[in-house]
Amino acid sequence: MSVQIWTYIFVFLTFGLYIGIAIWSRADSTDEFYVAGGGVPPLANGLATAADWMSAASFISMTGLISFLGRDGAFYLMGWTGGYVLLALLLAPYLRKFGKFTVPDFIGDRYYSRTARLVAVFCAIVVSFVYVCGQMQGAGIVFSRFLEVDITTGVVIGMAIVFFYAVLGGMKGITYTQVAQYCVLIFAFMVPAIFISILMTGQAIPQIGFGSELTEAFGGGYLLDRLDGLGQDLGFAAYTEGQRSTQDVFFITAALMFGTAGLPHVIIRFFTVPNVRDARKSAGYALVFIAILYTTAPAVAAFARTNLINTVSNAQYSEVPEWFSKWEKTNLIVFDDKNSDGLIQYVGDPETNELTVNRDIMVLANPEIAGLPNWVVALVAAGALAAALSTAAGLLLVISTSVAHDFLKRTFMPAITDKQELRYARISIFFAVLVAGYFGINPPAYVAQVVAFAFGLAAASFFPAIVLGIFNKKMNKEGAITGMVVGFSFTAAYIIYFRFLNPNADNAESWLFGISPEGIGTMGTILNLISAYGVFMFTKDAPEEVQEIVENIRLPGEEKATAN
Amino acid sequence: MPNQHAKDYWKSNLRIVLSLLSVWFFISFGCGILFVDALDTIQFGGFKLGFWIAQQGSIFVFVILILVYIYLMDKLDERYAAAIDKDKDKNANSGESK
Repeated sequence: MSVQIWTYIFVFLTFGLYIGIAIWSRADSTDEFYVAGGGVPPLANGLATAADWMSAASFISMTGLISFLGRDGAFYLMGWTGGYVLLALLLAPYLRKFGKFTVPDFIGDRYYSRTARLVAVFCAIVVSFVYVCGQMQGAGIVFSRFLEVDITTGVVIGMAIVFFYAVLGGMKGITYTQVAQYCVLIFAFMVPAIFISILMTGQAIPQIGFGSELTEAFGGGYLLDRLDGLGQDLGFAAYTEGQRSTQDVFFITAALMFGTAGLPHVIIRFFTVPNVRDARKSAGYALVFIAILYTTAPAVAAFARTNLINTVSNAQYSEVPEWFSKWEKTNLIVFDDKNSDGLIQYVGDPETNELTVNRDIMVLANPEIAGLPNWVVALVAAGALAAALSTAAGLLLVISTSVAHDFLKRTFMPAITDKQELRYARISIFFAVLVAGYFGINPPAYVAQVVAFAFGLAAASFFPAIVLGIFNKKMNKEGAITGMVVGFSFTAAYIIYFRFLNPNADNAESWLFGISPEGIGTMGTILNLISAYGVFMFTKDAPEEVQEIVENIRLPGEEKATAN
Repeated sequence: MPNQHAKDYWKSNLRIVLSLLSVWFFISFGCGILFVDALDTIQFGGFKLGFWIAQQGSIFVFVILILVYIYLMDKLDERYAAAIDKDKDKNANSGESK
């Protein structure tokens, strides 16, 4: 059977599964819609968090980015996992004990201020929208390449599915579909990885194959040594050596970590478990499930890079394999025979290099490059869709709760009933899906850059405000609001300047302290903390009753203790 | 008002968090970024040590850190929960009698 038929089968089966779960887990109250009634077992929440977290970027783009960045790619690996240590140790248990629905809820109540709540609502909506557009676009790429429908149709199908289960089931529906989506995506990622690892190194575990010797057919020797050698022969930098400055790698890693810990769609997952103990436990489960993919990704990156060079370097253009021509049609692989010798010169020097490979296709093309069976290739497409849709659903829920709960119910229309609030939540998901779909079809010029935005902004706004709210009980609203506004504006201004207003200056010489826009969120976090403390020193401490609430969320024991 | 048990609990909690975070910082930012070139001179199997920590080893350490945290906090909660609850009841009773 062809790849296309296999893809139709997998996509049909998995989508049917998601819809079935949605019908089974309908939400009837705001409590169920926002936090799944607070009754999700920690194991299920860990699975859901992992799917929520691992987006189209993790599944499709990250491995490709690493295979072109070499060692520097570690900032994605460490940044997007190390953030969970911060989340588990500094945020999740306390926010669960606080026991509310959303992140702006915490900010608004802890800082006893409507302004603080509104600033948080604004940040949450901006961050989530930026992020969701990338997911929709990822789904569009998969549909157009594997089902050969056009991107618009692909995005509309994706929107319809997400819309169906997010509107019907709210957090409850999303949680259980995410559990299923995790299983689909991890299976889809691991099967080809294991296949390729066996093929190239004879090792079934890719994490071990990464450091093993290649089989005779691939020339023997350690994989990484061979890769360094291959690259250097062609004028690329050695794979295992860093190219970026140490301070830039440092700042990017930190920005991704703080951003991970500050992203509202991840934080709200910890409101869905029954108690504090389970919040800690599910953070542990989540990182274990994430680590399975994240420790495999660098191995796949190295396999894919070796394979790509082996296959295309100095190959006769007229004899390239079928996958090559298919990707050429989508313009994601471009060959330009500069010296007209009919051979593909894939080299480091941009003057003589004839091949441009889009980094996003590495995971999708990898099974084909390695010549794996058709069903494996199709499986990867279904996995990529699961990754994109699960994250999109989580983000849309944040947008809807921010509008219906924080903006309407808690700020402007406190009198509405639970039923009305639920209706507003569903209406806002509907509009959020439409807007996200629009941007999926007409993506803003630089989607990849815009995603760095989401992390930087979450790092510079939420992370410090929440940590201070828990660990400094006297921190007041004046300090927290100033901090969030300063951190957010500084980071936004820096990224907009270098990415949109003056892209020509976007290089290490003009960056502040040599920090790229991807890493500037760390600076935003620091400025947030400094300005928050600066203002705090000259203003009144938080009121006594707020300090008591903070003392209470620090204590062990469950809901019965929340008398105040 | 916070009583002695609650204060002790919070102190132990901070100690646990700070010690785990120092390991977190040392492995990721230390070994994975700042000292990565020095560690790269050590070879094990097909890996340079620094490269391996940056791309794989650090993630294993993160998982272990969270698991240790869960274990230590569960133990800490068990040790203090009863005492803190009792203090709370005492406070509540004395409050009523006033």
